[in-house]
Amino acid sequence: MQKAHDRDDTVFEPTGRRPRPIIATNREQLTVKPTNIKNPEYFHKVIDCQFACPAHTAVPEYIRLILHEQYTDAYLLNWHSNVFPGILGRVCDRPCEPACRRGRVEEDPVAICRLKRVAADHRDDVLPLLPPVPRGKNGKRVALVGAGPASLTVARDLALLGYELDLYDDQSKAGGFIRSQIPSFRLPEEVIDTEMGYILDRGGITTRFNTYVADLQDLIEQGYDAIFVGTGAPRGRDLPDLPGRSEADKFVHIGIDWLAGVVFRHVESISRRVLVLGGGNTAMDCCRTARRLGGEDVTVVVRSPQSEMKASEWEIEDAMAEDIPIIDNHVPLEFVVDDGILVGMRFDRVEPQYDKNGRRRLVSTGEEPVFLPCDEVLLAIGQQNAFPFIAPDSAIEFNDKGLPVLDPNTLQSSVPSVFFGGDAAFGPGNIIIAVEHGHQAAISIDLFCRGEDLHRRPAPAVSLADQKLGFHDWIYDSQVIEDGRQVVPTVDKAKSLHDRLIEVELGFPSTVGKTEAKRCLNCDVQTVFDYSLCIECDACVDICPTTCINFTDNGEEDELRERLLVPARNKTQDLYVSETLPTGRVMVKDEDVCLHCGMCAERCPTAAWTMVKFVYQSALAGDS
Amino acid sequence: MSYTRPTFRHPEAHKNQLGYTRTAYEGSISTLCAGCGHDSIVNSIITAFFEMSIEPHRIVKLSGIGCSSKTPAYFLNRSHGFNSVHGRMPSVATGANMANRELIYLGVSGDGDTASIGMGQFTHVVRRNLDMVYIVMNNGCYGLTKGQDSATADKGSKSRKGAPVALESIDLCELALGLGAGFVARGFSGDKKQLVPMLKAAIAHKGLAFVDVVSPCVTFNNAPTSTKSYSWVREHMEITNTFDFIPLRQEITTDYPHGSSIPVTLHDGSMISLYKREDKEIITNRQEAINALEQARSASQVLTGILFLNPDSSDFHDINNTITTPLNRLGEKELCPGNDILQAFNDSLR
Repeated sequence: MQKAHDRDDTVFEPTGRRPRPIIATNREQLTVKPTNIKNPEYFHKVIDCQFACPAHTAVPEYIRLILHEQYTDAYLLNWHSNVFPGILGRVCDRPCEPACRRGRVEEDPVAICRLKRVAADHRDDVLPLLPPVPRGKNGKRVALVGAGPASLTVARDLALLGYELDLYDDQSKAGGFIRSQIPSFRLPEEVIDTEMGYILDRGGITTRFNTYVADLQDLIEQGYDAIFVGTGAPRGRDLPDLPGRSEADKFVHIGIDWLAGVVFRHVESISRRVLVLGGGNTAMDCCRTARRLGGEDVTVVVRSPQSEMKASEWEIEDAMAEDIPIIDNHVPLEFVVDDGILVGMRFDRVEPQYDKNGRRRLVSTGEEPVFLPCDEVLLAIGQQNAFPFIAPDSAIEFNDKGLPVLDPNTLQSSVPSVFFGGDAAFGPGNIIIAVEHGHQAAISIDLFCRGEDLHRRPAPAVSLADQKLGFHDWIYDSQVIEDGRQVVPTVDKAKSLHDRLIEVELGFPSTVGKTEAKRCLNCDVQTVFDYSLCIECDACVDICPTTCINFTDNGEEDELRERLLVPARNKTQDLYVSETLPTGRVMVKDEDVCLHCGMCAERCPTAAWTMVKFVYQSALAGDS
Repeated sequence: MSYTRPTFRHPEAHKNQLGYTRTAYEGSISTLCAGCGHDSIVNSIITAFFEMSIEPHRIVKLSGIGCSSKTPAYFLNRSHGFNSVHGRMPSVATGANMANRELIYLGVSGDGDTASIGMGQFTHVVRRNLDMVYIVMNNGCYGLTKGQDSATADKGSKSRKGAPVALESIDLCELALGLGAGFVARGFSGDKKQLVPMLKAAIAHKGLAFVDVVSPCVTFNNAPTSTKSYSWVREHMEITNTFDFIPLRQEITTDYPHGSSIPVTLHDGSMISLYKREDKEIITNRQEAINALEQARSASQVLTGILFLNPDSSDFHDINNTITTPLNRLGEKELCPGNDILQAFNDSLR
């Protein structure tokens, strides 16, 4: 691995931030400047999945390892960057999948998330293979508040560097919302326990569970070198002003609290008829859990149109598959209580209207209110941050949204030794964002403890490896298969609805996993063009299956994009532009739907095109 | 080695008037050397037929033997095809054209297949003015047998081994002009901007359209000292005229600055719009075309473009006054009209 430090004229910015546009337009000549492929962010951006992942996991690399049945290696590669492969392989929000190039070439993206689970399911014992936690300590002590994914990531990264860490949480086990909010039928407890164990059971970390930090000031006064706050967004929104709310209180539950109650076995059952209010993933978890605790007639009611629900598409599908109807465009009006018993709720029918800025307004249709009978209601209408353990007179500043004032790059608060991450930093996000916050906070804390500038972030490690094996052979699997997205097998519905502890998804068997792995287009195997070798024979243009490659006159970028053989209208994707060739033209490649099949390099008589594997690994704390 | 090309195509690929994408005009993956000029010609053929919205089943592709003659496998998979004996493509094309005059005939040949073994066939198919496009993929060497000089290799040109060609070369365009071809053009595989409209015009032309395409052999004949190399042709290419091909019923929108365009209407109503330079010759004058070729040759230039065009040429069917119905659609009654008619015919000859 080579460090990408040599970047004098490049526009590289710290890991996790979007690079500035790499193609700059030279206004004087109105032509596009040659692409600077020495900037590691150019090829990073071509790897759509990795670029979209907040933690920048090297997705195509681990998918290839799965293809070659190197499951343990694939797991460790994931563990390096996203820390919880078994957990994320089940419940990640998968920002990688909508970004996947395959989804632009055919119907469905590669099932990246489920392949991560394949690596986790089929791995050998990784414990002896994990990097060791040093016995000798560096003398620095760090307190972590909250034992969710952000804090645990900080703990893992810093423990490997010899820090002494104290982890505080008011629950009895680590995991935070991963444990308390995600139902076991989606994420079994043993998976959580194992992956928490990889962090907590290897030394360097002292856990202080069942300990509620009542005042952060107490910790500050204990002389920690740094403190990380990863307490999430723990307060579920209520509808306190809705008529009938207080009378119905016994029958109305806050979704996230109710889910936690189920996990910790305070809640064992629910009534027959249940309404779940809300359209996010928590609502989906609530309704599916309710189905397993005795709810026979469970309905989700959402204010917005179904197409605008916040829940992931696949979670909505899973809920509907369990006979849970979703009623959209219904705004709650009141809880209807009869003789102290909740009998139902009334809703106003609405329709969405959009102003010219695209902002949505829900307007009543003026019809009679709709009455939906029910016995209990679960509210899953959003979460809020809460910092009751930070006194109002604390030196930690908060903004008008009640969130801490942070440097977005370093996550440092107005008290230099206190850092925030996860949902506690910028409001509710997801696990993988929390993990990335953890990495960045660990980097910041390490720099802070060493007295260095927090803005001099370590560079990513990059490596380039030519994939040419023989005359027309490649090291990577260049064939593009036509198979569609593979379906994950599930447990029989009747059986899974009977027991909330039975995991619904079974994971890909290894053969199916390999088929799915073959669908990956290897976007990290880059097409690299050397203009000085090109004889302009057009062979690459003629062979390219997706008409990406052009030889044409240079021009202003927008105009050039329209002039290509197939106009390059997806502006989120860059143009790869060469230096001027002997005929005065330039090579312009639209990265949008390149299959990375290597045909251009295979048909190139002068090796002006080469296929080069580009591995990009985000920096972690301790990297230089 | 990839033996197949991925089947995925650009999701926003253009469609032609028939609603087809280019895929409908493609063939198998090429097995020629990487960088072969022939692959570019193949692509230009695909583009020309695709953009002219000609149904693939209306096309017949014919070839002889050689690198060039392998190429029909790489385009128009959904068309009719015949891979004939070395140099004998014109005979097969003649037979096929006689049997069914309604199809579009595309003969693909090379410099060996045409200028050596098939020279007799070539000259006579030009004389017959058979309604077809005759493409020569001209690389000046026998690539399939390791690069020996061919009959079109220019005298003095040096291929990879470095020995200059000792013999005089045959200029196929000049020969075709001499034999009375109604459409003679020369292109370069490295210039699709010129080649595609040239092929379209050739397809629209009635009678034999001869297109000689200089097509570098990257393996055996691409040394800078070879007159058929990419670099030499690019440096010595002289374009006789630029032109647009305007299909029938399409509004003429192209606008040229000096108003010097000369429209030439082809038999089917489509048009070639020529943008003539002052010092260039009129392409409908055969004598001037021959002069221009000779001048270019003495100046070590490769003259490209449509060199000569006779929009009113009569094809073999016109000359022979054949029936308009394709022979393959005539019934027994029309083909054997009976003894009375035979007797009358015989009497007419006495």
